[in-house]
Amino acid sequence: MNRIKEALPAVALIAVLIAAWWLAVYLTHSLIFPTPWGVVTGTWELLRNGTLWDHIGASLMRVGAGFGLAVCFALPLGLWMGWVRGAYRTLNPLFQILRPISPIAWIPIAILWFGVGDTSPIFLIFISSVFPMIVQTTVGVHTIEKRYLRAAENFGVSRLTLFKQVVIPAVLPQVLVGMRIGLGVAWLVVVAAEMIALRSGLGYMIMDSRNAGNRYDLVIAGMIIIGLIGLSLDTIMRMLEGIRCIRWRYAH
Amino acid sequence: MRTKIEIRGLKKSFASDKGPLAVVDDVSFTVGDGEFVAVVGPSGCGKSTLMNMMAGFIQPDSGAVLIDGVPRSKPDSKGILISQQGSVFPWLTVRENLMFGLNGHVGDNRSRAEGIPGSANGATRDNRIAIADHYAQIVGLKGFEDSFPHELSGGMLKRTELARALAVKPEILYMDEPFSALDALMSLRMRNELLRILAQERHTTLLITHDVEEAIHLADRIVVLSPRPTRIQAVFDVPYPHPRKISGPEAQQLRVTILRELGVEREE
Repeated sequence: MNRIKEALPAVALIAVLIAAWWLAVYLTHSLIFPTPWGVVTGTWELLRNGTLWDHIGASLMRVGAGFGLAVCFALPLGLWMGWVRGAYRTLNPLFQILRPISPIAWIPIAILWFGVGDTSPIFLIFISSVFPMIVQTTVGVHTIEKRYLRAAENFGVSRLTLFKQVVIPAVLPQVLVGMRIGLGVAWLVVVAAEMIALRSGLGYMIMDSRNAGNRYDLVIAGMIIIGLIGLSLDTIMRMLEGIRCIRWRYAH
Repeated sequence: MRTKIEIRGLKKSFASDKGPLAVVDDVSFTVGDGEFVAVVGPSGCGKSTLMNMMAGFIQPDSGAVLIDGVPRSKPDSKGILISQQGSVFPWLTVRENLMFGLNGHVGDNRSRAEGIPGSANGATRDNRIAIADHYAQIVGLKGFEDSFPHELSGGMLKRTELARALAVKPEILYMDEPFSALDALMSLRMRNELLRILAQERHTTLLITHDVEEAIHLADRIVVLSPRPTRIQAVFDVPYPHPRKISGPEAQQLRVTILRELGVEREE
């Protein structure tokens, strides 16, 4: 009951916006811009002929591949940079220069290297999500409290135990923050990347709907679906914060 | 009494904006095997620096720390440091914390442990669990083995830390204001607990404190340090048998004497 109460203002705001949108389209007699109902019927059409699922599947697959690669790359590298001062000093300046370059700026290079296939967007997603995760993991190692490392040193445990029982658990919350940021950026970028090149994916669907006869109902349907999937991805990442090895951080 | 720790001419200064800042200036004393020595001094006098040098975390500029006649250069599990802010791992349960020091090489320290379950080699996981639970019980944490530190009170955290140290059978306990973050009642209770445990397992103990009463309550000998750069100002024996009454006239007289050494109590 309380949760419903809390969600009420947000739901009301969305309802008001939809009403205003409807009214505006009605008053201006727009022939191109769809009404909310037009978007619903457009979405229904896509669902029925099955193309929507194909586009969603293609986008998620690319994000999964690019983000997964980035995780495999960023976590070990971040741990190494956090632990070994020389590695940090050598690599950090380079990453700080690469990090602010928008993934969109990599598109021409991606097309040059990988052509117009699945590899290009996967590469772009990798590029966009790898840096925030490296940075967060490194920061995580750097912010491990000295007293814990000292205690580990005092007990003279092996390097393996030190990593397994102190460094990794201490860093996990920060790693998760990095992964949330990385996944968010990855989802932003997949749509942008698909607008340029390919023949599937939600980004492609949006551009194709406009080009093939000004189907703005499908454009807006695509946007809303992107938003909802992005929210779901973030919710899943948030749920990871509840697992045992992370929970200690948020329990206070 | 056999000498356990010998501290020889320890000196340490740190770099500061105004050049080197001498913190510890030529401190020497010895601690006997099984003896409880408290070190008291005004705050900021370099007590913790001294303790960190003794435990091997900081290297002195000159001088040496000898344990059983052998110079110490780095920390090891023969001497466990318990500090004021505590270092119980928040991501491990109480039991996992107690087992932490038992991971990997348990070796020499354990061999002299007798009458403790699984003391033969301490290598298998079952043995380590048995040792952890044994010490959880000793410090009064029975029933909390699977709790996470954030579920425990401050006093229970201290018990966890103490038990984790005791579990590796250290020869020396270094305690740096271990109870000063607790409230007065809990601090007093922890002191009694500590005495009870030390009566069972006689560890050589070094306690750093600014609480003179705590020192008189616990220690066999009290070393009073001067303000920074610190050196030994006075040494007092505390010959009273346990359990001690700190409110007794002798103990109160000693307290006044030590406080006077510290320059905080004028004659009345």
